[in-house]
Amino acid sequence: MKVITANFVTCSVKECKTSPNSFPLHFHDAELEMQELDFQPEFIRNVIPRIDWEGLRVTANELGFPSLPETKPEGEALYDEQTLKDLHRLLLETQVMEGRLICGNCSHEYVIKEGIANFLLPSHLV
Amino acid sequence: MEYMIRLAQCHETFRVPELQSVATAVGVDLEIVSYDEFSPYCIVKLQNDEAARALISRTILAKDISELWGQGTNYDELHADVRKRTSHLWADYHGIPLAFALYGFCGKRSQDKRLEIIRSFAYMGLTGPIQLKNPPLQFIVMEKYVSDSEVNILGASRTKEPRQVFLGRFIAKSCRDAIDKYDLKKRQYISTTSMDAELSLVTANMALAAPGKVFFDPFVGTGSFMVTASHFGALTLGSDIDPRSFRGKDEEKEKGKNIKANFKQYDIESKFLDAFTSDLTNTPLRNAQLLDGIVCDPPYGVREGLRVLGTRDGKVIEPVMIDGVLNYYRPGYIPPKRPYGFEALQRDVLDFAVRSLVPNGRLAMWMPTSNDEAVEFPVPMHPNLEVVAVSVQYFGNWARRLMTYRRLPDGEVSDISKGRSKADERGISADELNRFRRKFFARNYEITSEAKKAAQ
Repeated sequence: MKVITANFVTCSVKECKTSPNSFPLHFHDAELEMQELDFQPEFIRNVIPRIDWEGLRVTANELGFPSLPETKPEGEALYDEQTLKDLHRLLLETQVMEGRLICGNCSHEYVIKEGIANFLLPSHLV
Repeated sequence: MEYMIRLAQCHETFRVPELQSVATAVGVDLEIVSYDEFSPYCIVKLQNDEAARALISRTILAKDISELWGQGTNYDELHADVRKRTSHLWADYHGIPLAFALYGFCGKRSQDKRLEIIRSFAYMGLTGPIQLKNPPLQFIVMEKYVSDSEVNILGASRTKEPRQVFLGRFIAKSCRDAIDKYDLKKRQYISTTSMDAELSLVTANMALAAPGKVFFDPFVGTGSFMVTASHFGALTLGSDIDPRSFRGKDEEKEKGKNIKANFKQYDIESKFLDAFTSDLTNTPLRNAQLLDGIVCDPPYGVREGLRVLGTRDGKVIEPVMIDGVLNYYRPGYIPPKRPYGFEALQRDVLDFAVRSLVPNGRLAMWMPTSNDEAVEFPVPMHPNLEVVAVSVQYFGNWARRLMTYRRLPDGEVSDISKGRSKADERGISADELNRFRRKFFARNYEITSEAKKAAQ
């Protein structure tokens, strides 16, 4: 599971969707793998406005990445190659292969196995 | 300027919507001047050759595009039109190596007659040498005869001579070759429900897949839409309630057959985002405008049962501890699922699209219908979505439709008074809930029993 996907998801439990504690889901026991991909600056620029920056800072921190700037890059910073490359590496090239994602609101755990996260719920949480 | 697009004579109701969508995707102004469902020849207005190249470069249901030099119902009319439209252009093409080709639709010419027709354009005075391989200048004479469909459906009578003739200056080929590249027979990882390459590519076009965009398929299966949207440059995300569909069943898994193998095969690994296990009715995606496009072929409940999370009777199964671990955290735990109605699922997809698409983002969704719905077909609608196109593919006793929607920017609403108002029937089993499934099997049962009777 890539970091960008982790930034797009929250807890599957409907009641958690409205709670600020449910996002971002917290990584535990994460095993990372880096995969080199073609650099796609156009994509990063397009997707930055949709990234929850505060959530990304928390995730980067949990995964042991150097701290991100406090505010989301905007305007000219979106054309700075190093900024785009750093984000490309974090969002697209970093994958969590094994581990758990835990909701800060209901404490439900989602397992990541072989890079695939499972967001299905047992019946008492549906 | 007027251009001639030679369309593929198949999937007729998809052809104009695809052209219009590609025009939107590549940012060119397109006006359809003449279109006939029984003919491959479609005349359009475009700004210039560059726009023509951009348009055709990612169109699947067309063969090529030419600048229209003339048209008529016979050769006299054609020659008169060519003189009128292009006599001022002829000098520009002096001395350029060239070739002439002649295509007939539903009709043939002998070699001698072909040469005679080509020579009849001698008045243009083109002095370039003939070069058959990669000619810098190529003219195409196009003939349209009366087709079988026109005879059978329209009651037209056959004629010896073509009913329409055109001359075009060839500009560029389409990307129809991609159909062969993405052919399911050559694909590493597929299943019985994988959508064929041609219509998967068209679906990606309808949703405006393009570089820099995020696309999502909530019923990803073996990822036919993911690879085709990524072929056009989008980065793609998929989910499915059954992870075996995208990561391969045990045996396949060992052989490395899964969605990622397909991305590798097509050399588009950089366009793969993720595949994860989830149920659309309990999606983990945040409520935010995250997606540029949603492409999907929801399970019909015929080959693949239509299921969502929950229990059949709605009763909660209380969690229990086994060896100190909650049962649903133990390896191999499979959450209970219940049959779900198809009409409800479609409404859920529309609601999801409204929540998740960026303004002007698109949803391209397939839907099966039994033939009793063929004449009047109410489309599922949502006030925040505009219906862009509805195209239909007919099979023997059923059809499926591709419905394309645009997420309206906030503040705009569409008229949904003619929208689909069907509800699922009440019940809990797959057959009770799913009218299409029931009809499909009932009809097949009739066919089988008729065949058995006939055999006796």
